[in-house]
Amino acid sequence: MEGYMKPTPIRREFITPGVLVLFALAANGLVFLAGRFLFGIGGVTNLSDQYPWGIWIGIDVAGGVALAAGGFTTAALGHVMHREEFHAIVRPALLTAMLGYTFVGIGVCIDIGRYYYIWHPIFMWNGTSALFEVGICVIIYIHVLYIEFLPVVTERFIGRVDLPGTLARFNGRIDSLLRLLDRGLSRTMFVFIIAGVVLSTLHQSSLGTLMVIAGPKMHPLWQTPILPLLFLLSAVSVGFPMVIVESLLAARSFGLKPEMEILSKLGRLTAPLLGLYLAVKIGDMFIRETFVHLATFNTASVMFMLEVLLGVVLPLRMLMSRAVLKSPPLLFTAAALVVAGVLLNRVNNFLVAYTPAYSIGSYHPSFGEFSVTVGFIAILVLLYRAAVMIFPVISLPDRGASARAKYSIRG
Amino acid sequence: MKRMTRRDFLRKGAVLGAGISAVAPAAARAATRRDPSPDRMGVLVDTTVCIGCRSCEWACKTAHDLPTPPIESYEDRSVFAKMRRPDDQALTVVNRYDNPKKDGHPTPVKVQCMHCAYPACVSACIVGAFTKRPDGAVVWDTGKCIGCRYCMVACPFQVPAFEYKKALDPKIMKCDFCSARREKGDIPACVGICPVEALTYGPREELVRIARGRVKRFPERYVSHVYGEFEVGGTDWMYLAGREFIELQFPKLGKNPAPGVSETIQHGIFAYFFPPVSLYALLGGLMWIAKTDPDSGEEG
Repeated sequence: MEGYMKPTPIRREFITPGVLVLFALAANGLVFLAGRFLFGIGGVTNLSDQYPWGIWIGIDVAGGVALAAGGFTTAALGHVMHREEFHAIVRPALLTAMLGYTFVGIGVCIDIGRYYYIWHPIFMWNGTSALFEVGICVIIYIHVLYIEFLPVVTERFIGRVDLPGTLARFNGRIDSLLRLLDRGLSRTMFVFIIAGVVLSTLHQSSLGTLMVIAGPKMHPLWQTPILPLLFLLSAVSVGFPMVIVESLLAARSFGLKPEMEILSKLGRLTAPLLGLYLAVKIGDMFIRETFVHLATFNTASVMFMLEVLLGVVLPLRMLMSRAVLKSPPLLFTAAALVVAGVLLNRVNNFLVAYTPAYSIGSYHPSFGEFSVTVGFIAILVLLYRAAVMIFPVISLPDRGASARAKYSIRG
Repeated sequence: MKRMTRRDFLRKGAVLGAGISAVAPAAARAATRRDPSPDRMGVLVDTTVCIGCRSCEWACKTAHDLPTPPIESYEDRSVFAKMRRPDDQALTVVNRYDNPKKDGHPTPVKVQCMHCAYPACVSACIVGAFTKRPDGAVVWDTGKCIGCRYCMVACPFQVPAFEYKKALDPKIMKCDFCSARREKGDIPACVGICPVEALTYGPREELVRIARGRVKRFPERYVSHVYGEFEVGGTDWMYLAGREFIELQFPKLGKNPAPGVSETIQHGIFAYFFPPVSLYALLGGLMWIAKTDPDSGEEG
């Protein structure tokens, strides 16, 4: 390794032409979001009694949860397995997971009819419901993610609390609070890290159980009692590729040197995970003899083939090549394919595979639904950009400091 | 593809491994899940008697305080041109299916909640807003519902409807088997108004006997199938027909309760919280070993 890496706030101009585009997309999304609150869900979406769930659930919630899996896979690798060489990517992955899950929560809030009752599941339990399990795990996990991020905040502000004006008299008190938090957390963080991994394992798989109850309404290419296992395996496979995609995008956006040493290792680790997912998926297909459905040419069979060939088989082959692992553009392509493949899988499971018992039309997301989804993604990217500028998240080469300096690694 | 029984379905899934060891004991437990009351009431719909007058639609709306057009307007036959579904404005609708035989009568089919013995909505609801009552009714509690619409995803009959146009307090709308009326000793509104007694209200067990009797006595009048007797573990509303039910757009469903597989998986993953707790312990152990490994070089 060439020198030590230390998480450092990135100093760049916040506003760029790209950022302005993101602001525009966010604003457009918020306009339609306002429409949802003024005129009801039916005022903005194409949802109906036949198709009760659309892209707000398929992409924002199911896709969001899967793509935020980098948080727990890197925590497992960096902290549980204690592989120090990966510590540099733990914080960016944690930040993505934290923001990702926050938007999953917001996504749920806007999609449910009575958003002001979002707290009901905490008190009104239904143990037979897969959705209840997902809900409770996600609620707890969001808190765990924020706790895991706290050391980054204490590191940034201990000794640097500088409130303006009359608030200045609180400076000392806030500083000692941060120090107290920091001391407490450094002793107990392992509890939260393990809890985060367990909670993720539980709700990532239960997200797959969700559609099992739809029974024959779901296309047999996707409907299987091992859906929870497939969801878990695909979430584990997409964790590192998501980190690779973000890291390379951030490096490009901020003009940093890509951390290829770590990223190619992550790419290499992804291959067996993806291979296991593919093996179980194909095995399930043969045991249930669902491959017969691939002989008919329709939306379902095409989407299934796209998901498996472009989203799993092709990137798997790519990640097994040394040349791909060493080249930033090729590694980016392979990782992006995995990300797109898992996202497509979630959309397929929740939307494409779903055929109502009495189908009158089909569901096509409205412009408003797309706007809100795109707007949320834009806001998420903007918040990520702001966060890495404020907090020490992205690791930069650190001249003269030791990697074992007190705060260099935790969080 | 040949049809699979639930047992096959589970066994084939089990072959694929991982975590399934936990599912096996749960599958045995699932059989003892709370069964519905044996005295519950039901309704037998005889589509060969129904004349398609749609009075039941009117009575239902009136009984549930929904905007109701005057009863004369229900004589309009043109609504039969399109297949309709119950929605947030109508908890029951009658569809009419033309007879392929030239001189045959068309078959009217009244549609509403089937009031399953093992309802998918009750199992799926995130907050337990649905209840299967001992009187047979599957009812929804506005005080709990968060509007997530998972019940609609789960229902095999596509019954629950949602008030999409409401910005505040949208409700899930479905037939409640006139629960409130029946508590007062009245009978369901639709049953009460039916001029030809196409709807028979009574204890479900007795209705099954009546239905079987009719099929046996008039084999030329009925197909030998009481829809709902066994479908998804049995429904409290059951149907008789002179034609195959598939022609009348009844979904073809197996005999196993709709929530069966899902609940088996859920109980497997959470069997006495054993799997999550042991995973926590396992990871804790791994972490401890990794940290105290002398090669790792970092103090714990």
